[in-house]
Amino acid sequence: MSQVSAPGPSPAPGEDAGGDEGDVVISVDAVTLRFGGLTSLSAVSLSQRRGQILAVIGPNGAGKTSLFNCLTGVYTPQEGSITFLDRSGKSTSIVGRKPHRVNRAGIARTFQTSRLFNALTAFENVKIGVESRMHTGPLGAMLRLPRTRREDRASDARATELLDFVGLRNRANDIASALPYGDRRRLEIARALGTAPEVLLLDEPAAGTNPSEKAELAALIRKVNSQMGVSVLLIEHDMGLVMALADRIVVLNFGQVIASGTPAAVQQDPAVVEAYLGAADPDEPGA
Amino acid sequence: MTAAPRRGSALRRLWTSEDARRGFACVVGGLVLAVMTGPEGSSTAPTSGFTGSLFHARVIGFIVFGLVLWGLITVRRRYATQVRAFSDKVTAAPRRLLPDKRVRAVVYLAVLAFAIAYPATLNSFWQEVLVDQIGVYVLLAIGLNVVVGYAGLLDLGYIAFFAIGAYSAAYWTGALPIHPPFHLNPFYAIPLAIIAAMLAGVVLGAPTLRLRGDYLAIVTLGFGEIIQIVATNLQGVTGGAQGVIGIPHFSIHLLGIHYDWGINSLPYYYLLLGFVVLVLFGFHFLENSRVGRAWVAIREDEVAAESSGINVLKYKVMAFAIGASTSGFAGMLEASKISFVEPADLTVQLSILILVLVIFGGMGSLPGAVVGAAVLQWLPQYLRVHPLLGFQQQDIYIYLGALLVVMMIFRPEGIIPSRRRKREIGLAEHGVGHADALSGQSGPVA
Repeated sequence: MSQVSAPGPSPAPGEDAGGDEGDVVISVDAVTLRFGGLTSLSAVSLSQRRGQILAVIGPNGAGKTSLFNCLTGVYTPQEGSITFLDRSGKSTSIVGRKPHRVNRAGIARTFQTSRLFNALTAFENVKIGVESRMHTGPLGAMLRLPRTRREDRASDARATELLDFVGLRNRANDIASALPYGDRRRLEIARALGTAPEVLLLDEPAAGTNPSEKAELAALIRKVNSQMGVSVLLIEHDMGLVMALADRIVVLNFGQVIASGTPAAVQQDPAVVEAYLGAADPDEPGA
Repeated sequence: MTAAPRRGSALRRLWTSEDARRGFACVVGGLVLAVMTGPEGSSTAPTSGFTGSLFHARVIGFIVFGLVLWGLITVRRRYATQVRAFSDKVTAAPRRLLPDKRVRAVVYLAVLAFAIAYPATLNSFWQEVLVDQIGVYVLLAIGLNVVVGYAGLLDLGYIAFFAIGAYSAAYWTGALPIHPPFHLNPFYAIPLAIIAAMLAGVVLGAPTLRLRGDYLAIVTLGFGEIIQIVATNLQGVTGGAQGVIGIPHFSIHLLGIHYDWGINSLPYYYLLLGFVVLVLFGFHFLENSRVGRAWVAIREDEVAAESSGINVLKYKVMAFAIGASTSGFAGMLEASKISFVEPADLTVQLSILILVLVIFGGMGSLPGAVVGAAVLQWLPQYLRVHPLLGFQQQDIYIYLGALLVVMMIFRPEGIIPSRRRKREIGLAEHGVGHADALSGQSGPVA
């Protein structure tokens, strides 16, 4: 782990100050999301510091995925603001942005059930991610202008590098659909990293993995965080993974933040124990 | 597989033999085909349709066809493993050699040399077919391939852009009732026709491509109809139902060189060949570029493409506009060649026909689009003028439809499929994703 935030005083429920190390990269402020009469998120506030691994946990139906979808531009919350601050200090509002523009701003994501480009090779999958940051247009492509060729070489190199980084170099020419489950997860992370994000959002990365895949995945997430300096926000059911990885944890229940803080602090929090952990063994959160 | 031997008459034994039954069905099928393709009956001689077909030398051809079909089916069933081993052996060399770039270049050069040399030996009928029926349709097919094959969008009004290109050509060369500010040589009207069609593509695409699924097909279908009706009824602008005449032929008057393409087909053929080769190069590079890969990503998984930073709408509009401009280009060339545009020719059937050419050839594959268009456009002409077969012109679409059905059963990926597309269809059959907009979300789920 690159850094462990100092155990500070736990903020009041319903708010999350994000610890006190580093500058804020994502700030969610009083976000409320409704579907008709159903309030999925109510006045959720949280913030993530740069370089941090932040985990959002909560029982089924707590609003984790809704929050995730708000952060990636899939849903537009009715109230509140979501702000992303990039390295240069420019702030971007995420609310109302389309997913591809959220990605452009610097927030990449993976999916709960992996959504790779199945008929393409692992290499091509990553290259598509890398190329979304390039500029070649149709005319340049048809005429094979010098810039097109330059960008092509650059994205080839970057895609190879990223496959290497996630440990899939020898699988570069395999068709994505033929890869084993754990490799698919890692490939998805490589594709997301291809878009050069500052924050990587992982939607239940460990869902459906076996213990050894899970350990590899945890190591990879840590490596992404420490070596690439990418902040990680993950939504996860697997408490083992969350406790091992997260610098900070935000707990949602019924669309509200009920607790936040370091893993140790959250584990002790009576509200959390009651809402989430209390029912069962901490490693088996009734997922 | 033959039925177990039984006691009984030889006839009965024959009838219980599956091979014999299948053979009988094939021959009857051949005879039915002979009657269907034969001359029509008339009120004075109502049976002439039958007699003219069955008591004519051409019936032998159809019986032979039936027997050959039976032979093929039987051999395939009886000797399936041997057949597969044989076909593997035959295709081993091409499969080994074709990925090699140099081998492929040699093949393409040989095809090009043939395409340059052979047409000069044909008579004027076939030269005309080569331009009006094959060349123009090849160009149309490779354009629609960008929309349907690369981006996975179903465009059923593709011919509307052909019409826009053709009428633009008519406008800028001064053949329409309304006159342009200055008259242009057809060559200079090419970019203007392309731009007009492209703009039409953007204007139609930008609002409709936001919609998912079948909406695009319906909107484009409607657009095709609208263009045809406008061309028919806007008499003061388009010349109305009787069409526009007098669109000038291509000509060069440059640096002392004077050349007029005139009324013969062969010069147009070479002009078209040149353009098609250029477009093929462009589209080949496009397919293997950032843009081409973005299209594949959108086709495979729109949500994932979006989250990977791809502006889905922009790339869809791009594909749509590139297809539209190719169609406009083809319309422009054809208008100048036959110096005539008629709204009645610009039917929805034509849009569907071009879609069929692309599907037949293999969606997403450039060689497929070329071969598909060339074969499917050549075949009806051949069947029509063949002295023995002599198919009726008005029947030909029945056979094309049947051919397409057979094709979809045995080779859904087309004659020369693209590697990616073939994989997608394979995956879709196993319930992983859907191959494209054409198969929708309701594909078979394993």
